[in-house]
Amino acid sequence: MTTRDFIQDRIDSLENRDVLLEVQNLKTYYPVRGGFFKRTIGHVKAVDDVSFTIRKGETLGLVGESGCGKSTTGRTILRLLKPTDGQILFEGKEITKISGSKLQKARRDFQMVFQDPYASLNPTQMVGDIIAEPILNYEKRNKKELEQEIKSLLTKVGLPEAAYYKYAHEFSGGQRQRIGIARALALNPKLIVADEPVSALDVSVQSQVLNLLKELQIEFDLTYLFIAHDLSVVKHMSDRIGVMYLGNLVEVASNRDLYKEPLHPYTQALISAIPEPNTAIKKERIVLEGDVPSPQNPPTGCPFHTRCPMAMEVCSKEKPPLKEVRPGHHVACVLY
Amino acid sequence: MLKYTIKRLLGTIPMLILISIVVFSLAKLMPGDSLSGEIDPLNTNPEYIEEMREKLGYNEPLPVQYFNWITGFVQGDFGKSTKYKTDVFDIIMEKVPNTLLLGVISLIITYILAFAMGMYSGRRPYTIGDNAIAGINYIMLAIPSFVAAVVAIYFFSFHLNWFPFGGSVDILIEKGSFEYYISKLHHVLLPALVLGAMGTASYTQFLRNDIIDNSRKDFVRTARAKGTPIRKIYNVHILRNSIIPLVTFLGFDFAALIGGAIITETIFTYPGIGMLFLDSVTSRDYPTLMALTMLLSFLTLAGNLIADLLYGVVDPRIRLD
Repeated sequence: MTTRDFIQDRIDSLENRDVLLEVQNLKTYYPVRGGFFKRTIGHVKAVDDVSFTIRKGETLGLVGESGCGKSTTGRTILRLLKPTDGQILFEGKEITKISGSKLQKARRDFQMVFQDPYASLNPTQMVGDIIAEPILNYEKRNKKELEQEIKSLLTKVGLPEAAYYKYAHEFSGGQRQRIGIARALALNPKLIVADEPVSALDVSVQSQVLNLLKELQIEFDLTYLFIAHDLSVVKHMSDRIGVMYLGNLVEVASNRDLYKEPLHPYTQALISAIPEPNTAIKKERIVLEGDVPSPQNPPTGCPFHTRCPMAMEVCSKEKPPLKEVRPGHHVACVLY
Repeated sequence: MLKYTIKRLLGTIPMLILISIVVFSLAKLMPGDSLSGEIDPLNTNPEYIEEMREKLGYNEPLPVQYFNWITGFVQGDFGKSTKYKTDVFDIIMEKVPNTLLLGVISLIITYILAFAMGMYSGRRPYTIGDNAIAGINYIMLAIPSFVAAVVAIYFFSFHLNWFPFGGSVDILIEKGSFEYYISKLHHVLLPALVLGAMGTASYTQFLRNDIIDNSRKDFVRTARAKGTPIRKIYNVHILRNSIIPLVTFLGFDFAALIGGAIITETIFTYPGIGMLFLDSVTSRDYPTLMALTMLLSFLTLAGNLIADLLYGVVDPRIRLD
């Protein structure tokens, strides 16, 4: 079986699976306070009307430049932030409105791997306790058994069993991210949101961690929402990819379609910026003019029209909805 | 850790030698000497004064006097108090238990108040409760101890008659009995409260700021994501990390525990080290004064050492070898 067949196989098998996560018209605004009485004087529209679905066992990659709302989307789905509007359906159940102990119970099924492996582990806890805590939050366990379980989890993520008794500062960045992954896996979650899990790591360590995530996905049938700004990393990891710009999802397509035939002008510009290892291939780079507009005061119409090389008059007036222009290929642009 | 402790203890020796020279020089630089504190210089035969000076060794060159004093000092002979006419060591040992009791009780009061208020404020920053606590704290910090002590005596002792207004124990009660200890505690409470309230502000605000700081850290978000209840996040993840910087304060407190509060003890006429210190200054009791200064210097050094060792206990990232 060639790689291509393998990928086709995987795409076919994923299409028949149930939807695990459905996000509908999600909005997350941060209030901006000012003045003497700290009144709300505006909103940063970090996530502005985003909809997508993730099937079981699938990896959805989320790319975009910094500040475009990728991380906010991920955190809102985990309900670490409160959505301003919209719905998040997890296995068909609404999790937007729940709170308190109900939310805590629901959290069992979705866990997160954080960006900064240095700051996201408590420096005063032993690694074993860090990983055991999520389990103990939900069930009473025999101490000996739990310790064995965590040690085997540590070996699964490629750490020695002795790591159990050490503290986070005694590990390198890559090893710490492995601890973070083991912690996320401890509860056997259905969905893992990985928020730039490798951007803080050396390039040589990045691939190890990425491959570990892929191996674990097959072993535990995990579903990933994979957030990154590195297009090559996303290509390596994802089955489908969503491209975000200024709080909006501008294009969603399968991995192959997006890289072979990007439709949105923004995606085209992004993909043209990927460095090509083979210098013999000459490719044209689309250089975008100007800066990203402030999300506190986004442009009217299509959010990208201020920088789009193909902008027309209609773009500044109407915001194009995300629509399916080819099977499985959604794009929000008036050109299609 | 043992090796580190020994190394640090050896390091204090040169420091203590230097301190002893400074203490001795300062005592000698002060106008007059122990003798003039004891007698009335205007009504005494000048020949007698001269004779006594010669006898007490005050006319020797300063280095010789220093060596006479320090040789005795390192052998545990702190000299004779010119005021009490007994060994300085005995006088200090008599006062230490009182001061220690006062110090410990006031520290307990500080800790209880500071942890309760600091944890409340840190969890709900910028609310009315937080601002009220900050206000109370700064008022407590701003009122000088001599004002607070006098007001406390006036109010609690004279008006309400809840506490005695001086001394360390009721002299009519037989020593060693149960009532004796109760009376001691009764006497110590009011000065301890005044002393404890003073130190609370810095602890409270420090703890509050550190809790706010830590509650924004990534690992707290991690704890939330893995389903840890909020109460546990604050009591385990955040508090555990916020205690670390407080250990620095503990090092300073250790010396203050013995040094006591000169002003507070004097106002409450509480017979402790602080009052002894002030007494020995006014009566030019230099042997006592020098011994006390040396004791306090040593305790400050020891306090810092204990704080450094405690860092290793509360912060697993610090390993001392």
